Amino acid sequence: MIQKLKAAEMRETYSRATARKVTFIVTGVVVLVGITLLATSLGTADLSVKSVFNAILAKFLPFIESENLAETVVWHLRLPRVIMGVIAGIGLAISGTAMQGVLRNPLVSPFTLGISSAAAFGASIAIMFGVGFTASGTYLIILNAFIFGLACTFLVYGISWIRGVTPETMILAGIALMYLFSALTATLQFISNEQQLQAIVDWTFGSLTRAGWNGVFLVSIILVIALPFLIRYAWAMNAMASGGDEVAKSLGINTSLVRIVSSLLAVLITAAIISFTGVIGFVCLVGPHIARLIIGGDHRFLIPYSGIVGGILVVAADTIGRTAFSPAIIPVGIVISYLGVPLFIYLILTRRKEYFQ
Amino acid sequence: MKLEIEGVQFSYKSTPVLNNISLNVEEGTVLSLVGPNGSGKTTLLKCMNRILNPKKGTIFLEGKDISKLKAKELARFLGYVPQSAHDSFPLTVFDTVLLGRIPHLNFKISDQDKETVFAVLTLMGLEEIAFRTFNELSGGERQKVLVARALCQEPKVLLLDEPTSNLDLRYQLEVLSIIVNLVKDKGISAVMAIHDLNLASRFSDNIVMLKDGVIYAVGEVREILNSKNIREVYGVDTTINNDSGRPYVIPLAPVAKGSE
Repeated sequence: MIQKLKAAEMRETYSRATARKVTFIVTGVVVLVGITLLATSLGTADLSVKSVFNAILAKFLPFIESENLAETVVWHLRLPRVIMGVIAGIGLAISGTAMQGVLRNPLVSPFTLGISSAAAFGASIAIMFGVGFTASGTYLIILNAFIFGLACTFLVYGISWIRGVTPETMILAGIALMYLFSALTATLQFISNEQQLQAIVDWTFGSLTRAGWNGVFLVSIILVIALPFLIRYAWAMNAMASGGDEVAKSLGINTSLVRIVSSLLAVLITAAIISFTGVIGFVCLVGPHIARLIIGGDHRFLIPYSGIVGGILVVAADTIGRTAFSPAIIPVGIVISYLGVPLFIYLILTRRKEYFQ
Repeated sequence: MKLEIEGVQFSYKSTPVLNNISLNVEEGTVLSLVGPNGSGKTTLLKCMNRILNPKKGTIFLEGKDISKLKAKELARFLGYVPQSAHDSFPLTVFDTVLLGRIPHLNFKISDQDKETVFAVLTLMGLEEIAFRTFNELSGGERQKVLVARALCQEPKVLLLDEPTSNLDLRYQLEVLSIIVNLVKDKGISAVMAIHDLNLASRFSDNIVMLKDGVIYAVGEVREILNSKNIREVYGVDTTINNDSGRPYVIPLAPVAKGSE
């Protein structure tokens, strides 16, 4: 009798726990959409919420009338910026979740593999010498940053391939290369002139000011291709993150393959995003943790939810950055740390200590 | 399901750990691997489910070479219980046990998968802590969860590495009884590395004594657990009490070095 009661109770708790997770995700989506619309209606040009909505809808529904000015501001200035913020947040946070999961380490993100300093170096070369992998134009910096970011990761893989693809070798090789590329960038800064230095520093701040529809489009394509793979690995990540490699192997998981493919996808997403936005690193680290503290460690829920949290964080930070001291715009890479650090410290202090053992 | 090990050899870098190990595990039996620290018990277990790949030798599962099986296929036959676990990113007990279904599922979990988890949690008496986080649990509870996960795999052969090392007296008996009953009821088999000779004596059918990576003795419990073997393998003098029908080892003193 007691047995049956306990079993029934367990089932009930299970249903409740699952329902709770679904609720968190649905609520998250609603908040993300809401904050996106709010962000679009805020800005220097004084537009009412209604005229912003009309401007958005007019594109899809021809019978809705809207002002020309509103349409221009919304479609050319605000929407690309806000949507870039959303997808950058989603992509960066999910990359962080995947990296933390497969490397079984709460302190890593794609940036641990040296990607940001390598991308910064690539961008710096393009800025200073105007040379790179495309002939010229705006895309020179973007493509250079992207290629250097990826190249650095392949170096990390190369080193870990020789020593075995374990979390330890990957992290150590990544950190070593991160310092190398930082030193290279610093060297360039040292020999650069004032204008170049300004441009390099600007790039490393991380900002959505440069965002345009092309960037949104390219990053979206990469996300659409990569995310299904990462979500498909949710089970493997659960086993690797919670039980470690031996347990995962005993469950039939090819841990090296999962580790390489997931980190490669994470790096690809991150490189694509930061080559357009510059370094917005913190969301990669803190987005996954916030999500994990709220929804738990099951990657089937954690991956989408961390994306939602990341999107909210970046859009919120960027909106604060461009409205708080308007007309001055504070780069999102800076604001997100001011926003994220207190939140993160709060969670560290209040969360049960088992999480950090 | 029958497990046959033939001439297995393994070394970490140049240090040989296992040398020419051959043994059979029959259906419906429990085999204990005993031997001093570093004698190769854990390594042998890991070779059996391909966490480690032996340098030489073959392991057959029901006549099939396991190195030819797909990893996922193998995981449907072999369940592994590691010595201990520390989670960087702990899941709930339910989700930890649910991992045992991975070899059987594609992505979506079915009602049947859930039922299996519920059944195993009930069997192991874990209902009340099913939604606690793994790292909140005591050492004993964790070990029970690890056993539960392996059971949830519905394996034909259970491989257990020190399944009782963190358990108190009552849990030791409970967990080993559950394993032995499953082996007998479902006709599966179990191989466990275990330090406690008296638990090995009580709960296994056969014993393999390992010394320095080779099999020193193998056979039925009664044949193997005697003072002479224990003295040779462990360097400890013992007396054996047979009152309970099974050999009970009472350690006396370490053999003085150089006395042999």
